[in-house]
Amino acid sequence: MAAQQTIQRTTAESWTLLDLLDQAPGLHALADALIEITEEGAPVVALTGDLKYSNGLVRYAERFPERFFNMGISEQNMVSVAAGMATTGLTPFVADFASFLPLLCCEQIRTDVAYSQLPVRLIGHHAGITLGFYGTSHHATEDLSITRAIANLTVVAPTDAAMLAASIRASVGWEQPIYYRIGRGREPDVYTPAELRDFEFGRAIWHHWGGDAVVIATGSMVAPAAEAVERLRGEGHEVGLLDMHTIKPIDRQAILMASAGGAPLITVEEHNTVGGLGAAVSEVLADKGSRSRLRRHGIPDVYSLIGPPTHLYRHYGLEGAGIEAVIREELERG
Amino acid sequence: MSPAATNAVDRETIERLEERALFIRKETIRLISIAKVGHYASAFSCAEILSTLFYGVMDLKQGEPDWPDRDRFMFGKGHAAVALYPILADHGFLDREVLDEYTKLGNPLGDHPDRTRVPGVDFSSGSIGHALSAGLGMVLAGRLDGRDFNSFVLLGDGEQNEGQVWEAAMSAAHHRAGRVIVIIDRNRYCLDGEVDEVMGIEPLDEKWRAFGWDVHEVDGHDVSALCPLLRSLADREAPEQPAVVIAHTVKGKGVPFMESEIGWHLGYLSPEDEAKALEYIESAAQRS
Repeated sequence: MAAQQTIQRTTAESWTLLDLLDQAPGLHALADALIEITEEGAPVVALTGDLKYSNGLVRYAERFPERFFNMGISEQNMVSVAAGMATTGLTPFVADFASFLPLLCCEQIRTDVAYSQLPVRLIGHHAGITLGFYGTSHHATEDLSITRAIANLTVVAPTDAAMLAASIRASVGWEQPIYYRIGRGREPDVYTPAELRDFEFGRAIWHHWGGDAVVIATGSMVAPAAEAVERLRGEGHEVGLLDMHTIKPIDRQAILMASAGGAPLITVEEHNTVGGLGAAVSEVLADKGSRSRLRRHGIPDVYSLIGPPTHLYRHYGLEGAGIEAVIREELERG
Repeated sequence: MSPAATNAVDRETIERLEERALFIRKETIRLISIAKVGHYASAFSCAEILSTLFYGVMDLKQGEPDWPDRDRFMFGKGHAAVALYPILADHGFLDREVLDEYTKLGNPLGDHPDRTRVPGVDFSSGSIGHALSAGLGMVLAGRLDGRDFNSFVLLGDGEQNEGQVWEAAMSAAHHRAGRVIVIIDRNRYCLDGEVDEVMGIEPLDEKWRAFGWDVHEVDGHDVSALCPLLRSLADREAPEQPAVVIAHTVKGKGVPFMESEIGWHLGYLSPEDEAKALEYIESAAQRS
């Protein structure tokens, strides 16, 4: 672990990826959950492409060195290697930046993992615009769209550290391959582990019913959406909130329930408004012939700007106040 | 001493491997006559490689395609899968009747092999360049489980153009995956013409050596050379260096009007030409 010792600790103002790991409980949750299920006997192996510090898998590597494979900066090889491992009965967890894993390795995921029906778990971390000023190449605003179009692949965007842990536990015995979309591990806590004891892929979580509007949020957007909804409810607006953590298979029943009263629906995602959660919800509504209006809120169909993540969230209206403003617009339209 | 010289193979085995290579060619013609289009020439160039692996080298159990300790086979040039299916049926992995419906609606056998539909196919292929990575993954997993099987990976020479092949080559050497054995079917042709004109790959031996591999070259149609070489590589004790065999072959081998004719990468024989092709193959059998 010589490399670890040479890392220079910087001040809190310094914005280095490695230092921020200490403040990234979500990423600790990844390694800790993997350690837990491995200790319980799940046939886990973990792979990453020169990113064990960025995704926190270094903790797993220290605990289970023989089960950890650093595959270097060869992501396509890594995904196919994982598929090969899975043919023997192992459950490989492959972690890499969400900006690269589902895009660079899309065809390996489709052909070697999903078409081949192998239970590989793909963890796309630092999804959306969380890598801020590292640049647009490092932003992942297409990953839901791409993975959602791949048959036989479960797609989940856990809300917080507790849900990441719960969804990793839920993956034991889940036969389909899974794409996990996670942020930078600093998403605020929304749930306690106890609240997620019954977590199931494909079963959305209702926070509130709403007669005036229903917000459907996923992943990192649940926390700011909850903040916005609470404020509006405090003013007497009956705004609902549904946590759509699983994008595929999507909880059709919950969407149809949300639209049953005719209130407008607002989807919120840290993703291009094309092809992601909003699109998935619109498909369900259209199939059913629903008359509910749908507002798809997210990154418009552009390449996201460079800037610190908090500034970017404000710019795209993806923080509490921005989401609140969008909901108000919809309430005013009636 | 070269590894080949240490493992002489008896005459009976040689004859058997040659006979099975002819069987593979004849079955290829029969199956493609059902589909009415297929990769004859790609199958013919690797007929001896396949017969040597499946009848002379690989550790397999008749009728048990899922035996955990079996040697694995990865078909990088998956478009020649038509040559593999008769072998799988021969090993009792697959009902022979399934062959008769090759590529028909609902049949598990397509132009490219699918592990979810065809028992005995260790990995689906069709997209060029993934097979070596998959074979490496199996060896790394086997090592974790204390299983000592080999992964044989048959790559095309055009496949050497794919970047992922070299990611995997680097990775296998780094992980000391000596149980990974690559065979390159160096038939010198891809779809658009000669490999070295479309995208040159030489010096191939030096490239693999530079990536840390144990490199061998052989006449890919001479089973008396192929078999001892592949056996010696398969039988190494606790190998740490992955090995590659560059097998020099002729695309379309066995049917003179197909040999090294680019038009035959993908084609269909009229019944008349099919009879001629079979005649050539049969006469080769009589000569040997």
